[in-house]
Amino acid sequence: MKKKKSELPDVSWKGESTSMPALKKKGRKALNMWQLYVLLLPALVYLIIFSYVPMYGIQVAFKDYRVSLGITGSEWVGLKHFIRFLTFPDFWMILGNTLRLSFKELIWGFPLPVVFALLLNELTNKRFKKTVQMITYMPHFISTITVCGMVLLFFDRQYGVVNAIISLLGGERVAWLANPDYFDALYVGSGIWQGLGWSAIIYLSALSGISTEMIEAAKIDGASRLRIIWHINIPTILPTIAIMFILRCGSILSVGFEKVFALQNDLNLPVSNVISTYTYQIGLGAGQFSYATAIGLFNTVVNVSLLVVVNFISKKLTDTGIL
Amino acid sequence: MKKAKTRIHRSKSNLTFDIVNVAIMLLVFLIMLYPIWFVIIASVSEPSSVAQGKVILWPDGFTWYSYINVFKARRIWIGYRNTIFYTLAGTLLNLVLTIPAAYALSKKQLPGRKCLSMIFVFTMYFSGGMIPAYINMKNLNLLDSPLTLVIVGGLSVYNMIICRTYFQNSIPNDLYEAATIDGASQFRMFFKIALPLSGPITAVIALYYAVGRWNEYYNALIYLNDTNLMPLQMVLRDVLINGQRLLDELLSDPNSTLEELAEASRNVYMAEGMKYAVIFVSALPMLLIYPFIQKHFVKGVMIGSVKE
Repeated sequence: MKKKKSELPDVSWKGESTSMPALKKKGRKALNMWQLYVLLLPALVYLIIFSYVPMYGIQVAFKDYRVSLGITGSEWVGLKHFIRFLTFPDFWMILGNTLRLSFKELIWGFPLPVVFALLLNELTNKRFKKTVQMITYMPHFISTITVCGMVLLFFDRQYGVVNAIISLLGGERVAWLANPDYFDALYVGSGIWQGLGWSAIIYLSALSGISTEMIEAAKIDGASRLRIIWHINIPTILPTIAIMFILRCGSILSVGFEKVFALQNDLNLPVSNVISTYTYQIGLGAGQFSYATAIGLFNTVVNVSLLVVVNFISKKLTDTGIL
Repeated sequence: MKKAKTRIHRSKSNLTFDIVNVAIMLLVFLIMLYPIWFVIIASVSEPSSVAQGKVILWPDGFTWYSYINVFKARRIWIGYRNTIFYTLAGTLLNLVLTIPAAYALSKKQLPGRKCLSMIFVFTMYFSGGMIPAYINMKNLNLLDSPLTLVIVGGLSVYNMIICRTYFQNSIPNDLYEAATIDGASQFRMFFKIALPLSGPITAVIALYYAVGRWNEYYNALIYLNDTNLMPLQMVLRDVLINGQRLLDELLSDPNSTLEELAEASRNVYMAEGMKYAVIFVSALPMLLIYPFIQKHFVKGVMIGSVKE
């Protein structure tokens, strides 16, 4: 349908302008470009409606939003909501939880896929390698809710398999879910379980680019496997590591809402309440739209600033960046 | 003599390395596999055996009981139906929005290409946030509608960039040049050259979107209230996270037979056993197609990692 329509003006134009070749060429080019814009238009319109209009709505963070008055009609209140959040007694707890979970996720979840990729790359048996890859990628396809559900089932004090194994081995049952001390480990651990294989793909693909000649030459020179990894493999994937690291830092304050929210319970709330879950609680739970928007904006701004800073540092140090 | 000795020494240290490495990989392999294995064996075991910790490596008292109960629950079917609709219709919308835009942005001669790309990329890092997005959806009358979950998440800029990279690197420029000499319009080039050659990337992108949509629950949590519109993941959340019992609906259903009522209230372990069956039932489509799509997914990551 679309195609036929597009051809029509093209043909008629041709007929009219045979006497003016130069103009025809120019005109045709503009027309062709116009068609590219048409191809781009649906996505652009979508983005404007669903991404840029909400950005316009950020102004409610500086207003007292009332549904009856609308976004533009509501009264300006300046930084009131930001001050309220920054002076909120639990502010430091929430910020601390967000940073702590994010940081733990980073220091455990970031290097492990790199190490895993390096070790997997050393496997000589192709079939074993394929099998390990296949199984380790699988958890990536399981939904967040399912993973959290599995955590709750496996670590249940009474019915969970983890405690069943512990008591089988003669140990004491542990209240994994009720004790806030274990929350971080469950959160980070399940994240690694789900993401280890998947995050390693990008490093594996970088490792596959290393020339076998270089490795052979190093072997002839008597380099051990570990030395080859250290002096050839790691330097090769370093730019990839840098880029992935910058991207990770850009989301340091956006601890996955979905997962924290699903693992939250009344007992672990003091360690599991993070900015995004608090935003949800305040915004959609309590209906304080302006205050919640201010919290969300605070979050976004910190994230973007961190991204810019880390990107700048990385460009200075390793000459790689994403911006 | 000395040379031979070092060679033996070297191969010995290589052997040690290999043994340790294989052992570590085997351990990782088992850690990855066991939770999935356990869900499967627990779902076909006698629920009371699971609760008593008798099921660890192998099913105990093999039974389809949990599955039969799961299939009796109406909510599971409603969730399944909704999720299939959201996934199919949503992925279609995703492709219609993503592929033409990616093609247009892959054209170096497009005036304002840099600026337009920026408009797209900016949204990856900056957004209005939860509440402005919610207000926007409300103003558009898109809360609690069957189309809500189809329309939300219509475009992933990340996927569009993967697609754009593919168009830039994998379709020979000669084809376009020849078409330009023949006087083909941009539409013609897109529909007759780029689209027929974009099979592999369309597969990758469609799979990325479809898996995302199948597993998605955030948008349903924010934008939906109507239980009849809930996707499978929200039903899962109610059952697995909030501990709602699926068969309680049978208890309140006046059409339930006495036997059903007795069965529903009899077994305290049943709800636990059903959780494992629910997990397996909901993940089944993914697990079934997974061996076939894995290759495409990895390809997508590779294309995405190519730097411009």
